[in-house]
Amino acid sequence: MASTAFDTHLEGPHGAHGGHHHPSLQHQFDSLEQQKESSTLGMWMFLVTEIMFFGALFTAYVIYRSLFHGVFATASHHLDVTLGAINTAVLIGSSLTMALSIRAAQLNRRKTIVLFLLLTILLGGTFLGIKSVEYGHKFHDHLVPGPHFAPEDPAIQAVADKAQVFFSLYFIMTGIHALHMIIGIGLLTWLAIASWRGRFDSTYYTPLECTGLYWHFVDIVWIFLFPLLYLIGAHAR
Amino acid sequence: MSHNPESTLKWYIAVFLFLMVMTGLTVAVAKMDLGAMNDVVMLVIAVAKALAVILIFMHVKDSTRVTALTVVGGFVWLGILIFFTLNDYLSRGDLLLNVPGK
Repeated sequence: MASTAFDTHLEGPHGAHGGHHHPSLQHQFDSLEQQKESSTLGMWMFLVTEIMFFGALFTAYVIYRSLFHGVFATASHHLDVTLGAINTAVLIGSSLTMALSIRAAQLNRRKTIVLFLLLTILLGGTFLGIKSVEYGHKFHDHLVPGPHFAPEDPAIQAVADKAQVFFSLYFIMTGIHALHMIIGIGLLTWLAIASWRGRFDSTYYTPLECTGLYWHFVDIVWIFLFPLLYLIGAHAR
Repeated sequence: MSHNPESTLKWYIAVFLFLMVMTGLTVAVAKMDLGAMNDVVMLVIAVAKALAVILIFMHVKDSTRVTALTVVGGFVWLGILIFFTLNDYLSRGDLLLNVPGK
């Protein structure tokens, strides 16, 4: 395929001239670089839909928080700031190991890619473990919205209906966030196996790059969830 | 994309430390009573953390302009979603009349 105006517009000259064809280069692309660029752009398009998806939940949060300002602060007291902060640190650490696994691919270090992917999986699993402990506490304290919502705290009982809105948002937002992490861990497991088999090196690591974008996006969602859910009533504790 | 492995490592570590410090800071500030400023500080810190992740970990700093434009476009639409929805809700004086448990 001839080098088109669109092609030169992207990144200058590409070398798909004759002879050697990289095994990972699909035939519709002129070069690996163009292929990676297209994949990255496509991944970002998907992430934009994810921004809007979580955005609807954040909008619901903003509306109800503005309506039930005091109740949200009171209900927020029942979330564990320490566990939430630890989980934030765990997730930030997993973003670092994810970024380092891509760097390892750029440096052609096969085993290092696998190591950092496994660390990322481990940290993601740690996050989900801590999250499930927190969920357990909420069930134990009858803070799950629905017919069994019966918190002992009289401050919550007095505003039970509005407090259930807070806990509904808490469970939906953190639950969908956790679902994204479970999907991410599935993708990382597949990548770890493919990396071990030598699928990725400095010439081709697009699946690592795109999964990395997804993983970091999920981290960003948590960066907003943590203060908005856990910290809004901290000063009145 | 820049491929200088030494400089990317420094950037990654720097962003990691920045994110950790900012997490500590946001928890510390949340425990002080600053009135409405609590929310402002919390959101400024969260946006700063998100920007660091997007620019460095997600490589948007070194991306093509069309990718960067896509990212910006996504957040502009998020802004439209939140701004116009709130514009509607907050301008209705009788909104709370139909909320159960009010």
